[in-house]
Amino acid sequence: MAEKYDLNEREVWDGNFAASQAMRQAKVDVMAAYPITPSTPIVENYGAYVANGYVDGEFVMVESEHAAMSACVGASAAGGRVATATSSQGFALMVEVLYQASGMRLPIVLNVVNRALASPLNVRGDHGDMYLGRDSGWIQFGAFNAQESYDLALCAFKVAENHSVRLPTMVHQDGFITSHTAQNVYPLTDKAVDDFLGDIKPVDDMLDFSRPVTYGAQTEEDWHFEHKAKQHKALMDSRTVIDEVFEEFAKVSGRKYNRVESYDMEDAEVAIVGLGTTVETARVAAKELRKEGIKAGVVAIRCFRPFPFDLVRDALENVKAVAVTDRSSPGGAMGAFFNEVSAALYSTPKRPLVTNFIYGLGGRDFSIEEAKRIFKEQKAHADAGHITTDIQQFSGLRGPKLGYFQTKRG
Amino acid sequence: MTEIRWHSRAGQGAVSGAKGLGDVVATTGKEVQAFALYGSAKRGAALRAYNRIADEQIFNHAKFMYPDFVLVIDPALAMTDDITMNDKESTKYIITSHLSKEELIDAIPALKGKEDRVYVVDCVQISLDTIKRSMPNSPMLGAFVKISGMFELDYFLENMKRVLKKFPQKIIDANMEAITRAYNEVK
Repeated sequence: MAEKYDLNEREVWDGNFAASQAMRQAKVDVMAAYPITPSTPIVENYGAYVANGYVDGEFVMVESEHAAMSACVGASAAGGRVATATSSQGFALMVEVLYQASGMRLPIVLNVVNRALASPLNVRGDHGDMYLGRDSGWIQFGAFNAQESYDLALCAFKVAENHSVRLPTMVHQDGFITSHTAQNVYPLTDKAVDDFLGDIKPVDDMLDFSRPVTYGAQTEEDWHFEHKAKQHKALMDSRTVIDEVFEEFAKVSGRKYNRVESYDMEDAEVAIVGLGTTVETARVAAKELRKEGIKAGVVAIRCFRPFPFDLVRDALENVKAVAVTDRSSPGGAMGAFFNEVSAALYSTPKRPLVTNFIYGLGGRDFSIEEAKRIFKEQKAHADAGHITTDIQQFSGLRGPKLGYFQTKRG
Repeated sequence: MTEIRWHSRAGQGAVSGAKGLGDVVATTGKEVQAFALYGSAKRGAALRAYNRIADEQIFNHAKFMYPDFVLVIDPALAMTDDITMNDKESTKYIITSHLSKEELIDAIPALKGKEDRVYVVDCVQISLDTIKRSMPNSPMLGAFVKISGMFELDYFLENMKRVLKKFPQKIIDANMEAITRAYNEVK
């Protein structure tokens, strides 16, 4: 029986501490981890909870992130509740095993504290690592503050372990901006988390010796395609389970999450679409601009995978101009998030004007003033009836302006 | 919204100071934010820590701010860092120094004309006397409590005891003494 951990109704925690408390309260059975900045405190704290008797779990020390995720695969296949955390280069080293985990339909929870990918070496937050996991077959949730890194980690177990889902799930938070920023956090009691999550009910667990099973078998062209299609279908079908879990979580916490979050969008003429902490900063800018008569709103993606194509369309189809923000180096293309939002909007009757901003790479600050400038540019497009700038621009970049491609409309 | 910028060197405790302050402020029912601007900073490197305090949930995640208070806990940084950056007509400065206020303002041209908003306290000496090593963050909190008028000293001390509860009693007592002395000595 684990020791009782004293919690206050209101705590001041940073995103890392909040996530580590979620791991303790979820009673994670096995955490295999190799620490990396800025996610280190998540696994370090869980290790301390094990050592001090606050959770009955195993902390497995390994020699790399590849090994960390491999050990998680083993523990999850054995039937345990399993989680770990990583960032950046560590995430990159895990990638090979991420695909194994999702292909084997193992409900592992991975806390990803987003950080830029080298080179140049940089420990600060951007979404390069999150994008690297885009096609890995994992569910991906995005937290915009410390409270959400806690809440979504709890929801992640419930979604991942649902028998009709059985998919690994990542919870993303922005490196330093969320992970190292202390804010008010209102945790659930241990009992409330117990009631919400319950124990994991494993499926085809390898420790059930009366019923031997195989994980990670080989399939060539005869079955590989069917497996992958089934995996895609499981991801797509997880949408209803995610909605149900968010609904249930709202009942116990009073905090309601949605796969797509809309702020001030009822009558919005211009919008910023974003991921992570940027969303909240943009919300402040939108509120301020409304006082100046600009109908600004913000659309945020809570569930990056499965991508909410239809909900994004519903949220944005009536605005005139949309700025889609990508916090990842686009590597010779339009921002990947811009492409996905644009594709969704292409099948709407009014097809809003959509532009792309690359911003915040390597932790570059994103200010309220800059969000307001972007909104005002969208307003200029809306008034002109066509895009008046380059379609892709860089926001917050020093030196000469960098931008690409012009509109053929208008 | 009250915004605070700390100027410090890695190892002087600005990050803990900012988090400790946030912790105490939250007990009054306010929403807080505490963060720092550092990366792979080595001990002694200049860094900045920040607090935001508001009645409602804080959505702004930008590092940029127009501070209401600037807390400088390293005497040399007061001279070399841009401590008046993005300040307002009302920004108050609390600076740790062994110099008198007049000597300090003479040495820092950027503070000229802001005399009525500059406060000086020797946090380094206070921490050497009480905590027995240079740990200027605790005394700075005492000076801040006095200048901001945000709390009664006793209320702050009681709550800081809770924040420091993992430390031995001797260290807690020394910190309480440091906070109280700076509260009384800042001018």
